Amino acid sequence: MSQAEVVRRTGATEGARKTSPLWTFGLLRSELLTTFRRWRTLALLAVLAAVPILVGIAVKIETSDGAGGPGGGGGGPAFISQITNNGLFLVFTALAATLPFFLPMAIGVIAGDAIAGEANAGTLRYLLVAPAGRSRLLLTKYATTMAFCLVATLVVAVSALTVGALLFPLGDLTTISGTRISFAEGLLRALLIALVVAASLIGVAALGLFVSTLTNSGIAAMATTVGLLITVQILDQIPQLHAIQPYFFSHYWLSFADLMRDPVYWDELVKNLGIQALYAGAFGSAAWARFMAKDITA
Amino acid sequence: MAPYASDDSTTAGEVDDLRAGRRKAARYVVPVAVVGVAAATIGLVPAIADSGDPDLPEITAQQLIEKIAQSDVQQLSGTFKITTDLGLPDLGGLESSFASGAMGSGSGDGSSADPSAKLTELASGTHTLRVALDGENKQKLSLLENASEYSLIHNGKDIWGYDSKSNEVFHGTADEAQAGKGKQGKPEEAPATPKDFTEEVLKAVDDTTSVTVDGTAHVAGRDAYRLLIKPKQSGTTVGAITVAVDAKTGMPLKFTLTPSSGGAAVIDAGFTQVSFAKPAASTFDFTPPKGAKVTEEGELEGSAPEHGGTKSEDEFRKELEKEFGGSKSEGKPGKAPEGGPEVIGEGWNSVAVFDTGGEGVPSGAEVGGDMGGFLDSLGDKVTGKFGSGTVFKTRLINALITDDGKVYVGAVDKDALVKAADSAK
Repeated sequence: MSQAEVVRRTGATEGARKTSPLWTFGLLRSELLTTFRRWRTLALLAVLAAVPILVGIAVKIETSDGAGGPGGGGGGPAFISQITNNGLFLVFTALAATLPFFLPMAIGVIAGDAIAGEANAGTLRYLLVAPAGRSRLLLTKYATTMAFCLVATLVVAVSALTVGALLFPLGDLTTISGTRISFAEGLLRALLIALVVAASLIGVAALGLFVSTLTNSGIAAMATTVGLLITVQILDQIPQLHAIQPYFFSHYWLSFADLMRDPVYWDELVKNLGIQALYAGAFGSAAWARFMAKDITA
Repeated sequence: MAPYASDDSTTAGEVDDLRAGRRKAARYVVPVAVVGVAAATIGLVPAIADSGDPDLPEITAQQLIEKIAQSDVQQLSGTFKITTDLGLPDLGGLESSFASGAMGSGSGDGSSADPSAKLTELASGTHTLRVALDGENKQKLSLLENASEYSLIHNGKDIWGYDSKSNEVFHGTADEAQAGKGKQGKPEEAPATPKDFTEEVLKAVDDTTSVTVDGTAHVAGRDAYRLLIKPKQSGTTVGAITVAVDAKTGMPLKFTLTPSSGGAAVIDAGFTQVSFAKPAASTFDFTPPKGAKVTEEGELEGSAPEHGGTKSEDEFRKELEKEFGGSKSEGKPGKAPEGGPEVIGEGWNSVAVFDTGGEGVPSGAEVGGDMGGFLDSLGDKVTGKFGSGTVFKTRLINALITDDGKVYVGAVDKDALVKAADSAK
């Protein structure tokens, strides 16, 4: 964050000091702009967009030499055996492949950087000089992180859809329950799945934001968030811990595949969204409690 | 706050610090409250939902059984949860060798969509299934897996198995006799739904068994009577069987089998959600997806010679019965598909005997290494008039394999197995 940015941020607000609701949107807009203009953010999005391209090309090469379908035994990420028959399945495969690690890692970087990054760069106190108030600044930061969740997921989905359309045929598709749905409904379900995947990341985002209020080092906050993510993913694999696993934010992540059943099986989807809401509530308010009381030294 | 303000011994600065500190701490009440409310919701809501058994008119066991017999549910869709805890280590293939009674299980490695390949999975752990019925000719059973599903669809003449994970399709045909299998009047159908389970169990009702109505319960949002079935004999591993019967339709909704040794249920199978409305017709439509590998049932004969005949839904159900082998030895003494085992004892204490003609199970020392240690850990060495052998235990079914190659299997404890083996000599 450069000095000029801060000047622009505070400068933009002077006219609207009295009309605070509008001011919030101004703050949010400038936050969004600064976040999405960063090279780091763009690089993260580029990496995410590359995953479906790699998967698509790998599947294409694997199947072009006349051999049978990929992953004959059903190995690999979910839905991968269906890609050659319908490019739309690349969307689901790409989301299933990026959700366990790539997406939350990107969120961890953005969320961890949200407060600690400003503190690290020495710009946090300037932000607070503006009459935004700490709660509002924190809310804005969280909103920006969630916007990034949505954008990152959509980048993966759109990139996968493009690659899938270019490399593979499109058309009516078979749900995993064996019934057929039209391509339009398939697209609708793909969009729904992308939204659910984005919502699945809310928990990590809140966790990252909380960690970010604990430290003044952006790198430390990012590393802690990503480290926590990896730890939880590993713990989720240990069968002896099955009693606490349903409370891990990542436990029901892959339930988005239930949207491809017919009729849709909602149980785990609802549990997933409930867990995300719980994490958002708990860590969001913890971040607020911490940030309100924090000594701003940088 | 007031007491502090009037406290003379506190200086003004300290008061401020204290207040600031309190305010700081007070904010953390919010996250704590959020977690607390969530924990209370998770803990209390199921308890509240469960509380209060429905008020239903008194009914005798006889009436309830008649109700079940009269029940004629033709249309149904629902979610079914099955939890099996035989106390076996989670070893995949091991359950299948137990389940098929050491009769040599042909591993149908032809296609992952082959129904029998999926069945062993049901023998341990918790599984969610979806059931849809519409008359005699349309049934669908789906096994919900992580990000994939295995569906078995019977629509008219066709039987389809679809494994979405590997995108493989199994296709078979149903002949007319099997097409009528939705009828209740065919008791030899193996238990697959609670209805079938109950019929199997009720057939075994005689002076060895007590059957009572044990209050009411809510199952899958419906009012139900609980039918309690208890063996009167000792020596069996079956503690009690509870069947929850829908008060309106007489359809069994939940089946629980608890072992005599106590602890968690060995089999807990029941609907978590059920509707008696007609399922959408499209539910039963199936055309193999483009590019799917389709295996016709005939093609499997070569790869799975042990199973010999066709792998139709009928066989699928038989396989399922084997998985829950307990009800076989209780319900249908002397009836077995192949190998023709003889049955010793009656009622709950029936013990099926197979003569493998082989050498029996090698002891751990013979096999040696890790596998040997594993075998020893699974079985108990026993000796008796019959000679010596090894007892393999689960929480429900125990098996005695003698050194001369005979296998005694039953839902009975170790002593009863030894007694059965002695009496056979």
